[in-house]
Amino acid sequence: MDGLWFFVEALVGGLLSGVMYTLVALGFVLIYKASGVFNFAQGAMVLFAALTFVGFVELGLPFWMALAAALGVMMLLAVGIERVVLRPLVGQPPIILFMATIGLSIFLEGFAQAVWGSQVRALDLGIPDMPMEIDRVLISRFDLTAAVIAAGLVIALSLFFSHTRMGRALRAVADDSQAAQVAGVPLNLIWAVVWGAAGLVALVAGLVWGARLGVQFSLTLIALKALPVLILGGFDSVAGAIVGGLIIGASEKLAEIYVGALIGGGIENWFPYALAIAFLLVRPGGLFGGKRVMRV
Amino acid sequence: MIPRRPIGDVLLSARSISLSFGGVKALNDISIEVRRHEILSIIGPNGAGKTSMLNVINGVYHPQAGDITFRGRRWTRMGGAEAAAQGIARTFQNVALFRGMSVLDNILSGRARRFRASIVAQALNLPHAVREEVAERGRVEELIEFLDLQAVRRTPVGTLPYGLQKRVELARALAAEPELLLLDEPMAGMTFEEKQDMCRFVLDVNRVLGTTVVLIEHDIGVVMDLSDRIAVLDYGRKIADGPPDAVRGNAEVIAAYLGTNHGIAA
Amino acid sequence: MYYRDAGEIRTTYRQDRAIFPIAQERRGMAVLLALAFVAVPLAADAYWLGSIAIPFLVLSLAALGLNIITGYAGQLSLGAAAFMAVGAYVSANLVLRLPWLPFPVSFLLAGLAAAAVGVLFGLSSLRIRGFYIAVATLAAQFFIEWLFTHVPWFTNGNASGVISTPPLALFGLSFRTPEMRYLLVLTVVVGLAFAAKNLVRSSIGRAWMAVRDHETAAELMGIRPFGAKLSAFAVSSFYCGIAGALWGFLHLGTVEVEAFTLHRSFQILFMIIIGGLGSILGSFLGAGFIILLPIAITNLAALFGGTLRPDLLANLELMVFGGLIIAFLILEPHGLARLCTVLKTRLRHWPLHHQG
Repeated sequence: MDGLWFFVEALVGGLLSGVMYTLVALGFVLIYKASGVFNFAQGAMVLFAALTFVGFVELGLPFWMALAAALGVMMLLAVGIERVVLRPLVGQPPIILFMATIGLSIFLEGFAQAVWGSQVRALDLGIPDMPMEIDRVLISRFDLTAAVIAAGLVIALSLFFSHTRMGRALRAVADDSQAAQVAGVPLNLIWAVVWGAAGLVALVAGLVWGARLGVQFSLTLIALKALPVLILGGFDSVAGAIVGGLIIGASEKLAEIYVGALIGGGIENWFPYALAIAFLLVRPGGLFGGKRVMRV
Repeated sequence: MIPRRPIGDVLLSARSISLSFGGVKALNDISIEVRRHEILSIIGPNGAGKTSMLNVINGVYHPQAGDITFRGRRWTRMGGAEAAAQGIARTFQNVALFRGMSVLDNILSGRARRFRASIVAQALNLPHAVREEVAERGRVEELIEFLDLQAVRRTPVGTLPYGLQKRVELARALAAEPELLLLDEPMAGMTFEEKQDMCRFVLDVNRVLGTTVVLIEHDIGVVMDLSDRIAVLDYGRKIADGPPDAVRGNAEVIAAYLGTNHGIAA
Repeated sequence: MYYRDAGEIRTTYRQDRAIFPIAQERRGMAVLLALAFVAVPLAADAYWLGSIAIPFLVLSLAALGLNIITGYAGQLSLGAAAFMAVGAYVSANLVLRLPWLPFPVSFLLAGLAAAAVGVLFGLSSLRIRGFYIAVATLAAQFFIEWLFTHVPWFTNGNASGVISTPPLALFGLSFRTPEMRYLLVLTVVVGLAFAAKNLVRSSIGRAWMAVRDHETAAELMGIRPFGAKLSAFAVSSFYCGIAGALWGFLHLGTVEVEAFTLHRSFQILFMIIIGGLGSILGSFLGAGFIILLPIAITNLAALFGGTLRPDLLANLELMVFGGLIIAFLILEPHGLARLCTVLKTRLRHWPLHHQG
């Protein structure tokens, strides 16, 4: 029976860390839905947001003020990106836009650290990191809290996009940006809003991940964790990001424990990719993606 | 005037083709025969399924029902590359040239299937690879002269005016020396002079090279002048098929066209 | 003497197809090669040869390889360094385990092994396309990094995971000094660059570009897109594999995974974006630019008020690189190579201003 409890514990731990992946993946999905851009810089935005928040705290701002200030900075950043990077590249092939976001990612990494410094910062959100026991299964209180925060964010964003004018406009742009533009939807504003929302997601992700790993350069690498999640779930589906995150989180943990032990460990870097690619070969559109008809 | 080759036996026959996309019927039980050396036009209102029909013939789409016999061989699922290997070439409604390449390289690509030299031979520029390249270049230059493209052979196709791009696309398709040439609106968006040139080229291709042509075109005047036979599609069905004069008088055709303001009598 | 092609009449397609059809360009290339083979080793000191010229050449070769798959065949790869690693580890194992094998044979086999691994990951392009291919290459990057650190056989059980490479020798020549190492690297890179130039102007290169520009149209011309992509993966990985072997034996003197991380893959990608996607010349220009830029920034900083803190310098570098990549993608997606072409056209027409 111990084996079973151990399995359940690993599964729950994996699912909870999967929620943290979902949190990062969500930022990608928002931007992809609205502008068809795969934003490689999402990871750098997470670092940028976390560093900015910690920087403001170090300057003496209280928690909520620092949070508001960091959010403000992320909004400014979103508008700046829309103006300087996206607008001049409208109509370019997706591969060019993707490479531009790689450039953006590098720029933001340098910029964030040039302003706030490169050393590792601790970030304490006041969440206790003591595990708690529920029916013989040990669960990290921190992971649970993070999962609740992530769930709250997902619900808030869903409400925003389904119940506000702005949200409806966004979905119109996602369906057909040209038609939406003809119908009078201000495309540039939508993009700025979406990048702003992605900035908010980055800030939350940065706080949660930063509290767990410390605020440091390696935060940018969690963007790489989100990629397999997106492949499983599809780039344009919020539900997909959630399900994909849970699958990746759980299978990564279980694979590390049960397979990694056999072949030398440390497989969590590539295992999610192998899983995602294998899945792609069977279903190229992802879990929630549709099949596209080619036109010539 | 070169005497034309007599219209021969059936080159391609599509039987009872049905194609749908997620419940929407694009083609409904369509049968079409194409005879050797003829020019067949497919006409019909927008959304009638003309381009889908071409896509079925050269293997871009696989129909849910029906089959295609080309040069005596029956196919139910032919791929695009197989269609090319069988001798079917094609131009596109919206120009689909290789934009990053020169006119010369685009047309040479049409002969891709004829190159035999291995990667290593090409990398090392071995004599037989060079011979092959030079020989193919010679054939392409004949086409360049035939279609009057000498002045632009080094130009990247993306920078050419639209009418010339359409002509380069015709050259690329002809470079494959096809038995059957599919032209999807070769004159759309052209000026009157460009249309005249293109008509001339299509006729030359048919008369001089003996290539069988299937043509989609909206300009009814052009269709009536060029075609040996016309097939009319409407909402995915074939409503008429016959020589131009017979189609012109067909009541169903007139109704389909009057319904969409095309004016067939003009 | 002006740069002119007037009066040079080519009367056969064979002449017209030459790599440098214009006599002035042929002479220019000859001078450039003479400088590289004779003047540079005589004039440059050990630092310039070992720390700048050799890495420049090797990374140019890797950029050339990446340019074949990404610039010519249009398949974005984020795993160039992984294929370098395959070349480095296979060559090191062959040279150490089969010392009787002449090293050019070992290098060739290492390149072929990298090509095979490239094809293996390229197989995914049968089902997936576009951006997903980039993810498949990223998977290659992570898996290969893991493989070489976790399977002890590759490092001969060496606990540190670092293989020291022996000096290379052939026909009594020892490639130990910076000059000899430089000359060997230069020979390999120049040879492979000409081979690449031949490939991209032959039918295989046209097939790559056709698939890049319009996959469906290419297929309807009888080009099999899957075959074209696989051949591009093979050739690209072969070039990267050879570059990896050179990096290990003739630049670092060791083979270790740290030299072939994702960071290196990105560095090579930046080289071809800045140098020019789909350009042989651009691969060299981009590599030169990315290697020289940090040196330029340091010297500029020294010029304007002393030294910068090293971490600030590193961050400034990141900002400049990121900014340049965005700027190039917006202003000139064909990179430095296109700027060269524009300059050449200007020179041809000078003193007239006709825009051809």
